[in-house]
Amino acid sequence: MEEFDWTSIPGALPILADGMLITLEITATAILIGILWGTVLALARLSGNRPLAWLAAAYVNLFRAVPLVMVILWFYLIVPTLLQRWFGVSQSSDIRMISALVAFALFESAYYAEIIRAGVQSVPKGQVDAAFALGMPYHLTMRLVVLPQAFRNMVPLLLTQAIILFQDTSLVYVIGLADFFGAAYKVGDRDGRLVELLLFAGAVYFILCFGASLLVWQLQKKYST
Amino acid sequence: MSYNWNWDIFLSPTPSGESTYLGWLLDGLQWTLTLSLGAWIMALVLGIGLGVLRTVPNRLLAGSAAAYVEVFRNVPLLVQLFIWYFVLPELLPTTLGDALKQTDPLAQQFFAALLCLGCFTAARVCEQVRAGIASLPRGQRNAGLALGLTLPQTYRYVLLPMALRLILPPLTSEFLNVFKNSAVASTIGLIELSRQSQQLVDYTAQAYEAFIAVTVLYVLINVLVMFGMRLLERRTRVPGYIGSK
Amino acid sequence: MKLPRLSPLVFGGVLLVGAVQVPADTLEKVKDAGSITLGHRESSIPFSYYDDQQRVIGYSQDIALRVVDAIKRELQLRDLQVRLNPVTSQNRIPLIQNGTVDLECGSTTNNTERQKQVGFSTTIFVVGTRLLTKKASGIQDFSDLAGKNVVTTAGTTSERLLRKLNEDKQLNMKIISAKDHGESFLTLETGRAAAFMMDDALLYGELAKAKRPGDWVVVGIPQSSEAYGCVLRKDDPAFKTLVDTTIAGLMTSGEAQKLYAKWFESPIPPKGLNLNFPLSAEMVELYRNPNDRALQ
Repeated sequence: MEEFDWTSIPGALPILADGMLITLEITATAILIGILWGTVLALARLSGNRPLAWLAAAYVNLFRAVPLVMVILWFYLIVPTLLQRWFGVSQSSDIRMISALVAFALFESAYYAEIIRAGVQSVPKGQVDAAFALGMPYHLTMRLVVLPQAFRNMVPLLLTQAIILFQDTSLVYVIGLADFFGAAYKVGDRDGRLVELLLFAGAVYFILCFGASLLVWQLQKKYST
Repeated sequence: MSYNWNWDIFLSPTPSGESTYLGWLLDGLQWTLTLSLGAWIMALVLGIGLGVLRTVPNRLLAGSAAAYVEVFRNVPLLVQLFIWYFVLPELLPTTLGDALKQTDPLAQQFFAALLCLGCFTAARVCEQVRAGIASLPRGQRNAGLALGLTLPQTYRYVLLPMALRLILPPLTSEFLNVFKNSAVASTIGLIELSRQSQQLVDYTAQAYEAFIAVTVLYVLINVLVMFGMRLLERRTRVPGYIGSK
Repeated sequence: MKLPRLSPLVFGGVLLVGAVQVPADTLEKVKDAGSITLGHRESSIPFSYYDDQQRVIGYSQDIALRVVDAIKRELQLRDLQVRLNPVTSQNRIPLIQNGTVDLECGSTTNNTERQKQVGFSTTIFVVGTRLLTKKASGIQDFSDLAGKNVVTTAGTTSERLLRKLNEDKQLNMKIISAKDHGESFLTLETGRAAAFMMDDALLYGELAKAKRPGDWVVVGIPQSSEAYGCVLRKDDPAFKTLVDTTIAGLMTSGEAQKLYAKWFESPIPPKGLNLNFPLSAEMVELYRNPNDRALQ
């Protein structure tokens, strides 16, 4: 059994903090775009337009069938060329970061789409009928009647998914991006203190995620009537 | 410069000549399936046990099962895997740790990944089982006990058979997750599907073919599992409950 | 019903075909973007690695920066932005091909197999592939590895050589392929492998960060000679000429020898250890007659 030596952690805190910022940036972007694009996908799936519903279903099922590791690698391979082809330049920022952001946003939206679809379906059909009877067009019915109620029902699930997403960002390790975990691994590798850094990273993730899930739980108690 | 598609690459022999690139992929598929199925069996056994513990009228037992779930649910899978693989052997007594590290590396990678995935998934199975048991009317437990069944017998003959049938649909999605999560094992070097795709890219530079082939294989696994579980769900559906979709 | 089912595939296909075209003229691309992306390694000591401030340093990195200076002069772009993108042995070639990285100077062997995929600059270093092991292990040469766990880095020429050796000589080694040299050394240091096969200069580099450097020794008859080159895109003559003349200039002017002394014969980060890796006859010859020939 080896002696622990935690001395490399204090000096590495700035690097680890930078990593945490990247982790949070990916998480936030993926949540935001995931919910927006996921709503679009969910509505497309529920719409009467068959080709549209098929497309959305194919998208969602494809992304849900493939491991996140593969999706991240796929996008690392594709995004740089796409950016150059479609937007000309784009060399102005970190390609790994952009490809990770795109991969996570598109991947997560498939999961959010399913949560949102279930949420929309949880709204009683009578509500839609009532809105139509009042003469509301489809988009108004969705925006004013169905979605607000659906989102309220979904809040706990959406937040839980956000916690999972926060943990999943550690997988950007496979493209060498220095998120919180990547930074911890690099410091551990550099100082020959991988054991300590891995345990430290695990503890930090645990405290943050456990804290967040306690909050979600509180929220759930408050809103469930 | 444009990309040269070359699907024949899978049939050409690997540099050391012992196999073709297709052979590599099939090897990878085998490891993915073995790892996922093994981890799933482990997760079911452990998860059902923990799920039961969470609902027994004993604070210590229920509390420790809850603690297990929180720990394994709130640390990223990748971090857990690295802890199993890199940290655990260092925490063991030196002689034991060293002996472990001298064994076949493939076995080390496989068992680290198996334990990791199994324990991780068990926490999620546990939560489903707990929810399943909690969703049963309380009368069932009381009726079992009133009939003179012991508590273990009540679980064995009354509560679990019902609960497990009810939670089959959410278990299906956990089952699918095991296959997807098994790709994380590529990071410690286990030559499963996604690792083989990266190795293929490295050896052949035909990145698109390799990634497309592996993606298709994952989709196929997904479709097969979903199909199988649908059949199972249909056969075990509890009459009187809405067949959940 | 058929059409909607197919359309995502068709869409995906169009996307892919569109995706795999990369501009061949790097200088043009750099000029348009106003920036260049250098691929570097994370733990190829002393060629390209992080110091304790997470800055990229090393012999190859110094050469890459000289090339960047030459590009600035050539394109008259004083404020050319330099982006650094870490690569591994496994992904460096795809990343050059897909345009993420414009130039990779690390520890990449120039061989004819890889020349089918990417271009190589004038050789920057010559190494031999050997073994790093514990002094106490008793391992003297490759034949002593039979039945043992041996680690090497995934995607390297050593990995291929080791696999072939294992097949040809029926050594029954268990080969571990680690992500990068740092992880390979970790595998060796924690006792998971009895030996680490890699280019000798890199093995001495890994020694520089060992907890007890005195415990380790580099052994074995070199299995191959390898010429390191910077990697660039294939069929890009304008860029290749610029890179080649810059590197050849460093060698003939004697500046390369100074870089050599700085990284191989003086204390280097992270621990201030001196690799004491003397200039080989091959290196003397290379500095005298710079060329871009592959040794395999």
